[in-house]
Amino acid sequence: MSVIRVSDVVKDYPIAGGYYRALQGVSLEIAQGEYVAIMGHSGSGKSTFMNLLGCLDRYTQGRYWLNSCEVGSLSRNELAQLRNRTLGFVFQGFNLLSRMNLADNIGLPLVYAGVSKAERRRRAQALLDRVGLGAYAESHPNQISGGQQQRVAIARALINQPRVLLADEPTGNLDSQTSEEILAIFRQLNADGITIVLVTHEADVAAHALRQVGFRDGRIVRDEPTAEAGRRSPPC
Amino acid sequence: MLIAMLGEAWRAMGANRLRSLLTMLGMVIGVGAVVLMMAVGQGAQYAVKQSISAMGSNLFIVSASLSTTSGGVRRAGAAKITVADAEAMMELPGVEVVGQSLHPAPVQVIHGQANWTASIVGAVPEYLDARSWDVVSGSRFTESDVKAATRVALIGQNVGRKLFGDEDPVGKVVRIKQQPFVVLGVLAPKGQSLDGRDQDDSIIVPLVTAQRKLFGQTGGGINMIMVKAESLEAMPSVEQEMRALLRQRHRIREGMENDFSIRDLTATANTAAETAKVMSMLLGSIASVSLLVGGIGIMNIMLVSVTERTREIGIRMALGAREGAILAQFLLEAIIMSVIGCVIGLLLGLVGAELFRRFGNTTVVVSGGSALVAFGVALSVGVFFGYYPARKAALLDPIEALRYQ
Ligand SMILES: Nc1ncnc2c1ncn2[C@@H]1O[C@H](COP(=O)(O)OP(=O)(O)OP(=O)(O)O)[C@@H](O)[C@H]1O
Ligand SMILES: [Mg+2]
Repeated sequence: MSVIRVSDVVKDYPIAGGYYRALQGVSLEIAQGEYVAIMGHSGSGKSTFMNLLGCLDRYTQGRYWLNSCEVGSLSRNELAQLRNRTLGFVFQGFNLLSRMNLADNIGLPLVYAGVSKAERRRRAQALLDRVGLGAYAESHPNQISGGQQQRVAIARALINQPRVLLADEPTGNLDSQTSEEILAIFRQLNADGITIVLVTHEADVAAHALRQVGFRDGRIVRDEPTAEAGRRSPPC
Repeated sequence: MLIAMLGEAWRAMGANRLRSLLTMLGMVIGVGAVVLMMAVGQGAQYAVKQSISAMGSNLFIVSASLSTTSGGVRRAGAAKITVADAEAMMELPGVEVVGQSLHPAPVQVIHGQANWTASIVGAVPEYLDARSWDVVSGSRFTESDVKAATRVALIGQNVGRKLFGDEDPVGKVVRIKQQPFVVLGVLAPKGQSLDGRDQDDSIIVPLVTAQRKLFGQTGGGINMIMVKAESLEAMPSVEQEMRALLRQRHRIREGMENDFSIRDLTATANTAAETAKVMSMLLGSIASVSLLVGGIGIMNIMLVSVTERTREIGIRMALGAREGAILAQFLLEAIIMSVIGCVIGLLLGLVGAELFRRFGNTTVVVSGGSALVAFGVALSVGVFFGYYPARKAALLDPIEALRYQ
């Protein structure tokens, strides 16, 4: 069964003197446990699409089911709950809160889920250990490197045990060595059963995924499994 | 959840310590001013109430007008109220002349070597009741003293102290206008009257004694007569009758102005009370303006804060913060600032009130109620002025907020 089902979605941005159609009717289905890389030129609508998938923005036309629940008809608070419970985000710019230490940053989604402080602390520490930053709970974001910040951001995205992890150019600000480390974490998460959708410009990043979707001018022009998929599940 | 939010609000304020402090300062000044002004205003009201209850009830003061209008037959200053007028008024139904005095010309009172100037009040025994004025040592004179015009006197606190020092005046003799008077008792301290005279400089003698033996010799002119009506309801009719009587006795023709004035003390007192109340409201509203300014300061800073933290709000929304959580976060910050400011302001206001009382020689009344009101108002100011910025934050579009640079 598919976690994500998008059908003929259109997104118009209001601009001076009319609308700019960033998505011109996109349909896509992603099953539980898939690892999808979205590629395309700059301005082809990748981020726009990701924002819709992440329930951060509303689409103009079409339909979108997340967990067989139609997103278009949900209220702001219901969308907030979906983002909190079902989705995890990893951004290109990390987006950690500089005033809080790393453990509090990771535990932030749990605050909105009403989890107690002790429990937040315990789960944040477990995730910090898992991304290899166990000793940094009390550090602040400006005291660690970009690669480490992105790992903290991943830990934060995972804390509510989401079914889907959405990542818009998560390695865009990182060098290739650090990117590899982040991608290794993603691969592990996917192996654990989490659905991952990531946007990237780089072919070698996309090569880690099991399926590639190509965007051009607000449309999907390509949708195929990668070589990696063939390697993981050989025919017969 | 609430504790986590309190902690966060605290941290957010700590991130901009100077700004938070300056914002609170507005609240501090506002609340301090309100507390202080309310204390002063209520103090004034209290002082007026005290002097009203010290005065007694259902009283009129009848006195000669200081001047009459030109064009009339009489000339300014010629008007007089006489002992005969007072005696005639005593005959009116519902009227009781309880006292009269010759106040502009206080007389010398002598005991041995000591002398003091006092104003003489001629009165009936009920005068003391009407004024709720006690005799602290010795006794009052009686109706028979009044009838027989005996030479007895009740002396005010100052008179007693100046003439007798530590001696007990009761039973001693003082000389008023060369006539010997036996001191029957000493009056309780009374302080200033509404017109500013020190009432402890008074000597009270029986009404008829005053009329026949003291004022009668001065040509019968007396400064004022204090009249007590039977009841509050009787006051209007008593006033009318007295006016008619005096006009007739003074031969004032139709259309001419009175050469005397009748003041209703209850009305005067009410006016004074009203004035004090208006003043206290005025003080309060001036102070409230500074509270308002403090509130606007909070709103201003919260708006800046929301704009500065737009991206943070976007991140929180992306992580699942509902509208209510964002609203509560910013509202809480505004409330914390106004409550802290309020507590400091309250303390400063109380200190200020105490200083006023000690060094400003004014009556101040600090009630728990006014402190509570100030606190409640400050809390509502925080909610009121914090709500708009907080709502603005809560209604941000998640993706717009995330994109904000
Ligand atoms: N808020 C907006 N208002 C108006 N137009 C927008 C807005 N956001 C995006 N667009 C337009 O929509 C189109 C798609 O933008 P989008 O950000 O989805 O591209 P992208 O594929 O993510 O590009 P990149 O690889 O550079 O991140 C672009 O032409 C962009 O100009
Ligand atoms: Mg993009």
